[in-house]
Amino acid sequence: MTERTTEQAPPQGPRDEDPAAGSATLDTVTDPGPARGGRSRGSSSGGRGERVFRGLTSGSGLLVVVAIAAIGLFLLVQAVPSLMANNANFFTSPLFDTRDPANLNFGIRDLVVVTVLSSLFALVLAMPVALGIALFLTHYAPRRVARPFAYVIDLLAAVPSIIYGLWGIAVLAPALLPVATWLQGNLGWFFLFAPGNLPVLTGTIFTGGVVLAVMILPIITAVTREVFAQTPRFHIEAAQALGATRWEVIRMAVLPYGRSGYIAGSMLGLGRALGETIAVLIVIRAATTPSNFSLFDGGYTFASLIASAASEFSQPLPTGAYIAAGLVLFVLTFVVNAIARVIAGGKVNG
Amino acid sequence: MRYQRRAAAVGLIAASALLLGACGSDENAGGGGVSAAPGVTCGGKPDLRSSGSSAQNNAMTRFVATYQQTCQGQTLNYTPSGSGAGRNEFLGGQTDFAGSDSALKDGDETTRAEQRCASPAWNLPLVFGPVAIAYNLPGVTDLVLDGPTAARVFNGQVATWNDPAIAALNPGKQLPAAPIVVNFRSDESGTTENFQKYLVAASNGAYGKEAGQTFNGGVGAGARGSQGVADATRNTPNSVTYVESSFAQRGGLGVAQIINSGGGQPVPLTAETVGNAINNVQVEGEGNDLKLNLDSLYQANAPGAYPIALATYEIVCSNYADDQTATAVRAFLQTALSPGAQQALPEAGYVPLPEQFKQRMTTAVNAIQ
Repeated sequence: MTERTTEQAPPQGPRDEDPAAGSATLDTVTDPGPARGGRSRGSSSGGRGERVFRGLTSGSGLLVVVAIAAIGLFLLVQAVPSLMANNANFFTSPLFDTRDPANLNFGIRDLVVVTVLSSLFALVLAMPVALGIALFLTHYAPRRVARPFAYVIDLLAAVPSIIYGLWGIAVLAPALLPVATWLQGNLGWFFLFAPGNLPVLTGTIFTGGVVLAVMILPIITAVTREVFAQTPRFHIEAAQALGATRWEVIRMAVLPYGRSGYIAGSMLGLGRALGETIAVLIVIRAATTPSNFSLFDGGYTFASLIASAASEFSQPLPTGAYIAAGLVLFVLTFVVNAIARVIAGGKVNG
Repeated sequence: MRYQRRAAAVGLIAASALLLGACGSDENAGGGGVSAAPGVTCGGKPDLRSSGSSAQNNAMTRFVATYQQTCQGQTLNYTPSGSGAGRNEFLGGQTDFAGSDSALKDGDETTRAEQRCASPAWNLPLVFGPVAIAYNLPGVTDLVLDGPTAARVFNGQVATWNDPAIAALNPGKQLPAAPIVVNFRSDESGTTENFQKYLVAASNGAYGKEAGQTFNGGVGAGARGSQGVADATRNTPNSVTYVESSFAQRGGLGVAQIINSGGGQPVPLTAETVGNAINNVQVEGEGNDLKLNLDSLYQANAPGAYPIALATYEIVCSNYADDQTATAVRAFLQTALSPGAQQALPEAGYVPLPEQFKQRMTTAVNAIQ
């Protein structure tokens, strides 16, 4: 019995039919209807309205594309002269030295390491928790409790990131010190927990990742909750009719239906973590030696490096070096989005 | 949706309350006791514009408060946008004078300044902020360091607190065998630059690194801003940092006494000891251009002279194209040199100019046309 339902419940079957059927009926009802009516009445104003509206909508759509392209182009144009003048290998050098415009030595190795490590660590921490919260809110908690609880989670998103930064370095970092010390003492043989390039265990990627996890939690939770809440009633009832327990209902009906939305939400969260600036800047301490690929390293992410130097952008070549770093972050974000779409099977609900 | 919005609003209120609370604890501009100044010729352009060094921002807010009281209807808008930006905006003619952690660089910048002013530009070192070597060392007070030892702490050659070099300067004190954690400024800053210049100048080559706006010592953990390093030092036992003295005092950190290049007794950081060093500083510029030879400050050898201070300049035209602007700039700087304004400096973490040096500044300011 259960075997058959698992086969029926997964995405392809009913879900693919449903939206397709829905949109088909919508098309037949709305599209030809007014258009034909307008034309048959022969009113020129209706035709003009149609054209104006179409122009507005396609214009808005184009604007976004043009804006993205323009940003990319701007970054590229500003970055190229500095990249040409760069004396270090842009991809493998851990240095980011732009003090002397005549002798630029900058590379993004450590920026990539810190950015990716902190964001992925945050994602690893936040995803299971967000999944749990979303399931609790949609399928376990009584309505009375679920609503206020959801607002509290949403409130986390309303806290400014500078507050997270101050909380992270002043409260969280000392509190995490015993955990970090234990991890390094007992799991130090594993590269992620090996001694890093900081003389202290506070203000590391580890601390920053926990802060980021809290920051992206509401985003992932909100998207996942919405998707789970939309699980078709008849899927759930069908599972229940077959005698499934609540956990089995979730496993057979809710999770398969909401998988793509959950992943899309996580990718939105990852996007925020990758680009988070001020909290990371405050929490993660700067290091003087290259990264050891450890969670107890310090350093800069792309965003925090640019923010830390932004007040001193006075000469074009050093500024261009930071813009080149920004370009990489821009591309990285695109790649993450692309991967998210592939994983979500092209059906991103977020 | 409605609930979400309400939740967001509640969050915003909570957050802004937090922010306001945070601001409240910050020092407020122009606290009580600012008296109007004598010997100031008010007049000219009613609203001056200036920008630049954030290191002198707290001094500027106090000067502006005094200026507004002394010269009714006159004001100055100072934007702490960073020294580089400040000099650029002055050279571009967007501001009337610049605040900067360093004097105009010889060559291109000086030439451009002469073009902008149609006269030589003057570097006037108006604000001095002492830099403390601040430490968190449980059980140890009155730590004493000298230039070479400080340099070797900040480049990692002296790595533990009970190193013989430190022990020799601190006889009879219980120095822990713990490693020294150096907290440095991770952002580009004039404080870092000046402190490293001190390490280079006062260590007989022991520092062995370049002085720049970024920390080049190669050890330790970076933190952002003066508040960042002060907090990091307070939260990390056995750590040491360099920071403006006001942050060290507010953070309750120990401040090392320094044996200056003349040898002799350890010198604590006070307004008087910094003043002693300023009085003995050599001026590199010609005439009323008071560009300082900073090495002579860092290598101060007079007894009782504390050698680590950040000098910030006001960069002005010696002869403004517009008389109104000249009058107002002169009035503002005269106000800043007045006793009322100078008295307000210590609470903001700066030292008042010693009398001898103030005379030179007054002469220069009065000569602005």
